[in-house]
Amino acid sequence: MNLHEYQAKALLAGFHVPVATGLVINHPAQAADDQLPPSDSQRWVLKAQIHSGARGKAGGVLLADSPDDVRAKAAELLGKTLVTHQTGPTGLPVHQLLIEPASSISQELYLAMTIDRQLQRVVVIASRYGGMDIEQVSAEHPDAIFRLYINPTVGLMGYQARRLGFALGLSDSALKQFPALLRGVYDAFIKNDADLIEINPLAVTADNTLLAVDAKIAIDGNAAYRQKALFATRDVTQEDPTEVAAQASGLNYISLTGEIACMVNGAGLAMATMDLIQSAGGSPANFLDVGGGTSTEKVAAAFKLILANPRVKAILVNIFGGIVRCDLIANGIIAAAHEVGLTLPTVVRLEGTNAAEGRRLLAESGLNLIAENDLAAAAARVVALSHTESVNGADA
Amino acid sequence: MSILVNQQTRVICQGFTGKQGTFHSEQAIAYGTNFVGGVTPGKGGQSHLDRPVFDTVHDAVQQTAATASMIYVPAPFAADAILEAADAGIEVIACITEGIPVLDMLNVKAVLASDYPDVRLIGPNCPGLITPGECKIGIMPGAIHLAGRIGIVSRSGTLTYEAVAQTTAVGLGQSTCVGIGGDPIHGMDFIDCLALFADDPQTEAVIMVGEIGGAAEEEAAHFIKEQFNKPVVAYIAGATAPTGKRMGHAGAVIAGGRGSAEDKFRALKAAGVHIVRDPTTMGRTMAELLASKNA
Repeated sequence: MNLHEYQAKALLAGFHVPVATGLVINHPAQAADDQLPPSDSQRWVLKAQIHSGARGKAGGVLLADSPDDVRAKAAELLGKTLVTHQTGPTGLPVHQLLIEPASSISQELYLAMTIDRQLQRVVVIASRYGGMDIEQVSAEHPDAIFRLYINPTVGLMGYQARRLGFALGLSDSALKQFPALLRGVYDAFIKNDADLIEINPLAVTADNTLLAVDAKIAIDGNAAYRQKALFATRDVTQEDPTEVAAQASGLNYISLTGEIACMVNGAGLAMATMDLIQSAGGSPANFLDVGGGTSTEKVAAAFKLILANPRVKAILVNIFGGIVRCDLIANGIIAAAHEVGLTLPTVVRLEGTNAAEGRRLLAESGLNLIAENDLAAAAARVVALSHTESVNGADA
Repeated sequence: MSILVNQQTRVICQGFTGKQGTFHSEQAIAYGTNFVGGVTPGKGGQSHLDRPVFDTVHDAVQQTAATASMIYVPAPFAADAILEAADAGIEVIACITEGIPVLDMLNVKAVLASDYPDVRLIGPNCPGLITPGECKIGIMPGAIHLAGRIGIVSRSGTLTYEAVAQTTAVGLGQSTCVGIGGDPIHGMDFIDCLALFADDPQTEAVIMVGEIGGAAEEEAAHFIKEQFNKPVVAYIAGATAPTGKRMGHAGAVIAGGRGSAEDKFRALKAAGVHIVRDPTTMGRTMAELLASKNA
């Protein structure tokens, strides 16, 4: 789960990481003169709160030079939809703004903490090149990226933080400040089950103090049961509505851009099914893992999600019936198809225990269900059917 | 021969009397696994599925000489269950549980590395492991397996079953199948399994099923190139997966420009692995490969 910038900063501030005092608004009138955070320069930054980076380039970060200008710019930004290279073409809606005093920055650094899968450690990634994508820094200045790995038995050690402070070229007050800042980020990471904390840029201000100017935090979804307060702040307006609905039904759904929907048990097999659709000349409309149980209720919920997508022309159901018998799965599919009034051509590949019986039930159901036992043949069949459907659609 | 488990392996279940534990223990017993009991704290002394229930893994090991455990306890208690098994002297631990926080696994792995370096952890978030005809530890359907010549190691459950069904269909069968799981931090990796398959005379060749995310396949490719001499057929799921989205498994995400299926296919191909881009051809490709090798 991703946090908004303002949520990330509030969380970090609780661990003594320096952030600017900000104001969060969802209406321009809330940026009244007496509510605005004080700014010596009488300049403020307005930042759209969306779950995406690269907001600046998309027009999601604006500078204002008076309280009136703040309200004018706020009216301009609120309600907009921002498209960045991370959001996809639909973009994300701006419902909230974070307003902060403009700070005078003398240097921008990069600081992040995440999990290194290979070394199985929390890793700190830092660079003197802040304010740009770390991928870009990694490509252009690979030697300018510092990494340090934290042994969970002892946690972040003081020497590690000191070394990194020197490596980043910090001096005097900023250098002194750095170990406590890094300790705060580490504590925030561990106590909140973070997947990622990224501070970019971490600014060195004109008076040589450190300030987290932007912050991004992602929380491990598996930790929802013990991070209830954080998960209560989840902003679903920043997520794909179909994916949110899927989660509520215990399904794993990811929207894609193609025309052939698929419904599969198992994440790996679901990806493989998408790959097969593509190599057969089609394009998958979604990733959908219905999990192990595949009850009628789950299959019905899955069909409803699939059918809500107007682009879908044909459906491929691919179930490897292991422990659950295929005849039971077939009955579940038939019941669900009746329940949702399924009319789109649907190819069903059933493999496993009692597969032949399952296929017979599908064939005799009187529904538009085409049984296949070979997965490659099933993929070819569904692609052919999706083309037929689009021709029919054009005629109509 | 086989790897990790066989007919002699004495198996217990943690989370024995729960719904999942009960169902899959029944299946394991029906398959012929040497299943000696289970653990549910507070139910020690009872009998379940005609096997003894113990309060602790230590009790179970002491009284049944168990050497392997399958774990079905809920995610909030799974890290504790893994370390309990390790501390009690269990050698092979298969953790089926899905949804364990990644920081829990980080700590578990650090403790295993320092205090129990010889323990073999499989999973979590995995189907388990099976030596066909001898020992089934996990949630895989036993009936599709056939004792035979191919080792299978996979990050995905249902794709493991595809590889199994295909190698059974062509008559090759399997030596041992290990589902290493879909989480970013897990126990045995491709390389650990390949090293065991290398020393197993029953295993003539290996099918490896990977997926997007991380670099375990690239590391395995390096290992195969340097020191693995048996034929390997590999498939990677997720060629059509978009960047930055977690595809069902917590570990299946292309991030920071790394972890794509193409990168993995390329690394494996360069290591001399026979890659297949169509997952329905894993068994057939292996059969042709072994036929041409023996010709």
